[in-house]
Amino acid sequence: MSVIAFAKNWEGKFKKSTYELVSYAKDLASRLNTQTLILSIGEVDESELNKLAQYGADKIISVDDSRLNILSSRIYAEVISQVVNKEGASYVILSDNNSGKAISPRLSVKLKAGLAAAVLDVPKSLDPFIIKKRVFSGKAFAYVQIDSEKKILTLSKNSFGIVENPAVLNIERFTPELADDIFKIKVNSVEKADDKMILADADIVVSAGRGMKAAENWQPVEDLSSVLGAATACSRPVSDDGWRGHEEHVGQTGKVIAPNLYFAIGISGAIQHVAGINRSKCIVAINTDPEAPIFSIADYGVVGDAMTVLPKLTEIIRSGE
Amino acid sequence: MKILVCISNVPDTTTKVKLTDDNKQIDNAGVQWIINPWDELALTRAIELKEDSSNTIDEVCVVNVGLNQSDATLRKALAIGADKAIRIDAEPLDAYFVAGQIAAYVKENPFDIVLSGIESSDYNGSSVGGMLSEFMDCPAISSMTKLDVENENIIIHRAIPGGKQILELKPPFIGIVQKGITNEPRIPAMRGIMMARKKPLEVVAAVELDSLSHIVEFELPKAKASCQMIAADQLEELVHLLKSEAKVL
Ligand SMILES: Cc1cc2nc3c(=O)[nH]c(=O)nc-3n(C[C@H](O)[C@H](O)[C@H](O)COP(=O)(O)OP(=O)(O)OC[C@H]3O[C@@H](n4cnc5c(N)ncnc54)[C@H](O)[C@@H]3O)c2cc1C
Ligand SMILES: Nc1ncnc2c1ncn2[C@@H]1O[C@H](COP(=O)(O)O)[C@@H](O)[C@H]1O
Repeated sequence: MSVIAFAKNWEGKFKKSTYELVSYAKDLASRLNTQTLILSIGEVDESELNKLAQYGADKIISVDDSRLNILSSRIYAEVISQVVNKEGASYVILSDNNSGKAISPRLSVKLKAGLAAAVLDVPKSLDPFIIKKRVFSGKAFAYVQIDSEKKILTLSKNSFGIVENPAVLNIERFTPELADDIFKIKVNSVEKADDKMILADADIVVSAGRGMKAAENWQPVEDLSSVLGAATACSRPVSDDGWRGHEEHVGQTGKVIAPNLYFAIGISGAIQHVAGINRSKCIVAINTDPEAPIFSIADYGVVGDAMTVLPKLTEIIRSGE
Repeated sequence: MKILVCISNVPDTTTKVKLTDDNKQIDNAGVQWIINPWDELALTRAIELKEDSSNTIDEVCVVNVGLNQSDATLRKALAIGADKAIRIDAEPLDAYFVAGQIAAYVKENPFDIVLSGIESSDYNGSSVGGMLSEFMDCPAISSMTKLDVENENIIIHRAIPGGKQILELKPPFIGIVQKGITNEPRIPAMRGIMMARKKPLEVVAAVELDSLSHIVEFELPKAKASCQMIAADQLEELVHLLKSEAKVL
């Protein structure tokens, strides 16, 4: 019956989204009157695992195997399913990030468990199990009923929040049975971008569009971003034209993000752009055109030329620190 | 080598979503149907590879699980350059059902590379590609941003948070396509549209399979409160509001 959440680590560390995941798992387990189990795969220090206990983990199952430091959705799905079967768990929850998106579908097939991806809330009903998710890139929501006995959810970032709920640290080690030939994709090399803030993790995102006119004009965007400790993003034409890298493109066909604060600068607010950012808690639009559609979804708007507004705004924030 | 591209038939991305009166269904009246944007990129890349004679790709097929309203979209895929379209004749109940159907087809009709998009723009499941790889018991490469074929080797770039991985593998595998895989989706040319009429669109029966979930109801987002405008010479006020009203700074 229990609830298992998969706590992914990044080089041995957890992120805020992991704490949100554990908080959510604890909440669901309380509703179901059952235990909250957290599964960690790869080498993670006990002090780091202890942080998860702060959000209500009744038991932390650690698969501490250095072969598993590199994430493979195939292997991770295998390990998670072994743990689910051993514990007789009924609910598996993952974060709706790259790894959760890659692992959850495999797990769904392995366990024959229905999957609700990118859920936004606690269940609307437990029996039948009905839960809310975004569809049509945020233009609507759907209530999905999972009909199978086992159920898998991936949780959208910033949809539940972090809730402290200290539990006693209780770590159990688990050694999965893995065939050697499962480790077979060859990774030739890994290129890391510089240590810029990763867009998906950022609380503040400074995003700019074609209104900036040219790639050379990005300095004011970078400056505002850096004074805020934010990540930078852009609209699709900006990355299509090579002014910025593809990894910055947000929207329907780019990344879908949900920061606390999103600056849309020189972005008209096309429906496909909005699809990627409409879960931002607060949106600030800066645009020369008072009729730009972006203002209809923004919380705060400034009509003005980005090239003059941005330096001023950056200066005000810098001097206020 | 043969490539299969999974095609999801979705409402045009500018469609305003309307619900039926009881909120149980999407009102599809007047909707324009398109190839899901990522699937269009995947198809374009597959065709580019086939056209490049330095590699061994000799056939590109497309598959959709759907009813006959998908046919126009499949014809478009043929017009863009696919050699053959397969429609598995069933209502796409959920991602598990769709992936199971495609897997059953691929078991009988093997492909070296199967491409899917990262998500369908209607139900945002991000699931079919991953499920397919598990049904087929083969590797899946998620967030694939580059695909090259060198003899029997496949070279792939995959986006990872803060960077990329460069991988090498041998078929069969599933590639889950992300933006970057090609520059522009290809649009059908007149000649392609003419040729598409003569290309095969095969309709095959679905296999027996249960779905694991279903949608019971829809809801539209609440209208957003109106935007608070701040004069361009009063940016201190903006910073103040972000700190004390919105509490996001
Ligand atoms: C299938 C499909 C998928 C798509 N997916 C995406 C997606 O994922 N993401 C995405 O972003 N787009 C996407 N698009 C494209 C989308 O429709 C728009 O074309 C795009 O978002 C417009 O980008 P933009 O706002 O930067 O440029 P524009 O629409 O050209 O807007 C520029 C804005 O800048 C303002 N401006 C001009 N000068 C200044 C200045 N000096 N200071 C301040 N403001 C100024 C203008 O008033 C205007 O509002 C998609 C389109 C399709 C068909
Ligand atoms: N009904 C379908 N028929 C064929 N392929 C599909 C179908 N639905 C989804 N896909 C493929 O799976 C990908 C991810 O879709 P989804 O899991 O629905 O978000 C899409 O980009 C398509 O490549």
